[in-house]
Amino acid sequence: MNHILAIVEREMRKFFRSPALMMASMVFPLVQLIVLGNAFGGKIRDAKLGLVDQDGGTQALKIREAFDSVRANMRTFEPVYYNDPKTAMDDVRNGKIQGAVIIPPQYSRRVYEQDQPRIALVVDNSDNFMSSTLEDELTSITNALNQPTIEPRILQQTVLQIVELYPYIEYMKYLLPGSITLAMFVSVMIGGGMLYIDDKARGVHEGYLVTPITKTELVFGLNAAGAIKAIMTGVVITVIGSLLAGVGTVFNPAIAVQLLILIVLTSVAFNTMMFLLMVRVEDPLVPRAIFGILNTLLFFPSGAIYPIQAFPKWLRGIAAVDPFTFAVHGFKSILLKEAGMTAIWPDMLYLSIFALITLSIATPLFKRTL
Amino acid sequence: MISDLNSRGESSGEVPTNGHGPAGDPAASNAIAVEHIVKKYGDFTAVDGVSFNVKEEEIFGLLGPNGAGKSTLIRMMTTLIPVTAGSARIAGHDVQNDPDAVRRAIGVIPQALTSDLDLTIEENLNIYAKLYDVPAKKRKAAIDELLELVDLTKWRSAQTKTLSGGMRRRLEIARGLVHSPRIFFLDEPTTGLDPVSRVAVWEMLTNIKSHRQLTILITTHYMDEADRLCDRIAIVDHGKLVALDTPAALKASVPGSNVIEAQFDNVPAGWEDRLKKMSEVTSVQHEGAGMYRVLTGDGSRTTTELVEAAVHSGVKIRSLSVQNTTLDDVFVHYTGRQLRDELVKAHAFVMPPRPGLQP
Ligand SMILES: Nc1ncnc2c1ncn2[C@@H]1O[C@H](COP(=O)(O)OP(=O)(O)OP(=O)(O)O)[C@@H](O)[C@H]1O
Ligand SMILES: [Mg+2]
Repeated sequence: MNHILAIVEREMRKFFRSPALMMASMVFPLVQLIVLGNAFGGKIRDAKLGLVDQDGGTQALKIREAFDSVRANMRTFEPVYYNDPKTAMDDVRNGKIQGAVIIPPQYSRRVYEQDQPRIALVVDNSDNFMSSTLEDELTSITNALNQPTIEPRILQQTVLQIVELYPYIEYMKYLLPGSITLAMFVSVMIGGGMLYIDDKARGVHEGYLVTPITKTELVFGLNAAGAIKAIMTGVVITVIGSLLAGVGTVFNPAIAVQLLILIVLTSVAFNTMMFLLMVRVEDPLVPRAIFGILNTLLFFPSGAIYPIQAFPKWLRGIAAVDPFTFAVHGFKSILLKEAGMTAIWPDMLYLSIFALITLSIATPLFKRTL
Repeated sequence: MISDLNSRGESSGEVPTNGHGPAGDPAASNAIAVEHIVKKYGDFTAVDGVSFNVKEEEIFGLLGPNGAGKSTLIRMMTTLIPVTAGSARIAGHDVQNDPDAVRRAIGVIPQALTSDLDLTIEENLNIYAKLYDVPAKKRKAAIDELLELVDLTKWRSAQTKTLSGGMRRRLEIARGLVHSPRIFFLDEPTTGLDPVSRVAVWEMLTNIKSHRQLTILITTHYMDEADRLCDRIAIVDHGKLVALDTPAALKASVPGSNVIEAQFDNVPAGWEDRLKKMSEVTSVQHEGAGMYRVLTGDGSRTTTELVEAAVHSGVKIRSLSVQNTTLDDVFVHYTGRQLRDELVKAHAFVMPPRPGLQP
C-alpha cells in the first residue's frame, strides 16, 4: 500500500508542478465546446436570396413584403432583386447568392383565378444545410400567404419570438456531456498514455523496478495516479462547461454527487483502457500517433455530437461497446434531464465492468522486468 | 587503497584465466556470485557464459567498450531482465528464485539518469525511501546523511532539472543508497561527465565506502577510473569475460613493461619486422599514418636501438614517447583492439538520446 502511495505521490507532485498537462487536457475540450457549440448550434443568418419578379402584380408584391419582413426580423436571408432569371441562376451557381426565388409571369392572375399558382425556388443543393433552411423558410412563407386572414404583422411577431427564445445555447448544452467526457479522455491520453510511455523510455520505470515494489502495486499505483488526474480534470471542466453552456444543474448537491461518481467511474475506465493499450508499448511516438485515431474512434460514435440513431449499423456496433457512449449518456441524463440514479446506473455498471475487464487483461501483460 | 587485503591472496602474479575469475576461498562469503551466466536476445548472445565472484566490501569493476554487455550483466544481477542460462546469487539470494530479497539488499544506479526532473532532490529521495520501505522515522535522518555525503545538502529543495549532470549523478548515487543496501551497482556513473566531476564522483564513492560497509560493482569504459577505484577488474568483450584480476596484476600480466609510441616518415618496407627484432620487444602494432605502438621490457634500451635504426635507414622520427603500461595496454593485449578506437567507432551507433534524458 505504501508503495502504491509513493507512486501516486510522485505522479501528483509532477502533475501539480507542471500544470501544462492539466491545461492542455482542458483547453482542447473547452475550445471544442465553444467553437462547435456556436458554429453548429446557430441558425442561418443573412443569406442572400435572389428575387426575380416577372409578374409585377399585387400578389408578387405580397411575397416581396413577406421577404422584407424576414429581413427585418429573423434575418435568415436578405433579398437581392434581379431582372432576369438567368443572371439569378448563374449567381446561385457561382455562389454570389445562396438561392433565388422566381415569380413567373401571370402569377398574380393565377392566384386570383386559383389556377395552380407557383413560384420557383432555385437552391444550391450541394450545400445541404443551407438549401434545407431556405426551403423551410420559403415553405412557411408560402403557407402564410395561403392563409389570407393572417396579417403580415402577426407573422412578423411569431417569427420574432422563435428567434429570441433560443439563442445559440441549445447545441452547446447538447455538446457539454461530450466535452466533459472528452476532457477526461484527453487527460488520460496525456497523463496515462504519453507521460507513461515517456517515463518508461526515460528509464523512470527502470528505477522503480529495482525496488521491492510488486507488480500489482505498480499497476495499481500507475492506474490510480492516471485516474486521479482525469477526475480532477473532469470536475473542473464540468463546472466551467456548465457555466459556459448555462446549465444550472451542477449546483444541486444531489446531482453534484451523482456527477462525481460518474466522473470517477469514467476516469477509472478510461485510464484502465489506456493502460491496456499502452502496456507493451515502448516507443514514445506511439501514443502520440494513435491519439487522433482513438479520439475519432471513441468520441464521435458516442452520441456526443450527433445522435447514435443516425448511425449506420457498424458504427452503432462501436457505440455499443465504447465507454464514451455510456459516459456521455450518463452525463446527459444527469446534467440535461436530471433523470437521477435510476437512469444512469446501467452506465455506471458498464463503466465499472469495463474497468475490471481491461485491468484484468492488462495486469498479466504488464512486465515486472525491462 | 582498501584493495590490498582482498587482492593480495588472489592475484599473486597469475595470468588471469578466461571465463573464471579467481574463485578464492570457497568458504569466504561472496557478495556476488555469478556462474556461467548467459543472456540471449533472439539469436544474439549479449552475455556469453560469464562467471565471477565479488567479495564483501570489494570494489569490483566491469570494464569494456560500448556493447560489450556490461549493462546486460548488471541488469541480470539486479533482477531487471530474465537470465537466459546460468545463475547469479546476490547477497546469498538467487536473482531468479528470490528477486525481492535481492532487491532489498541492493542499490542500483542505472546507466541513464532516471531521477524525476520535475521533483526536487529531496522529493526524489523521499519517494525512493518509501518504495524501499525505509521507516518514516528514519527517512529524514537517512536523507540528511546522504545529502551530506554527496555534497548536495544546500540543493535539497532544487528541482532536479536545474542541476548539472554531475549533480544529478550524485543525486542518483544518494538515491541508490537511501535504504542502506549492502551491495551497490553503478552502471557507468561517470560517462558524460567532465574530468573534474568524474574525480568528484570517485572521491564521493571512496568516501561513502569508508563510512559504510558496502560492496560496489561498477561498470566503466574509462581505464584510469577502473585503475584508481577498483580492487579487481573484469574485462568484458563481446559478452565474454576475457580477463579478471587486480589492476596491478593485470598490468603485470602484459608482456613488456613500457610502451613506446612513435611516428615515422618514409617508412621503408620491413620496418615493422625490424622493430620486432629489437631486444626486449614483445609486440609491435601499426596504427596507421606511420604510427607504431611497441611493447618492450626495457624502454630506454629499445628507444636507443630504435633511434639508431631510424638514423641508419634515413627514417625521420616525427614523435616519440615512452610510457609505463596502463590498463589500456591490458585491454589491447586481451582483446586485440584499442578501447579508444572502439569507443570512437561505437559512438556512431550508441542508442539515440531519449526525450528528457539530456541534462
Ligand atoms: N533489449 C535488447 N534487445 C536486443 N539486443 C540488446 C538489447 N539490449 C542490449 N542488447 C545488445 O546487447 C549488447 C550488449 O549491450 P549492453 O547494453 O549490455 O552493452 P554495454 O556494455 O552496457 O555498452 P555501453 O557501454 O554502451 O553501455 C549490445 O550489442 C546491445 O545491442
Ligand atoms: Mg551500458
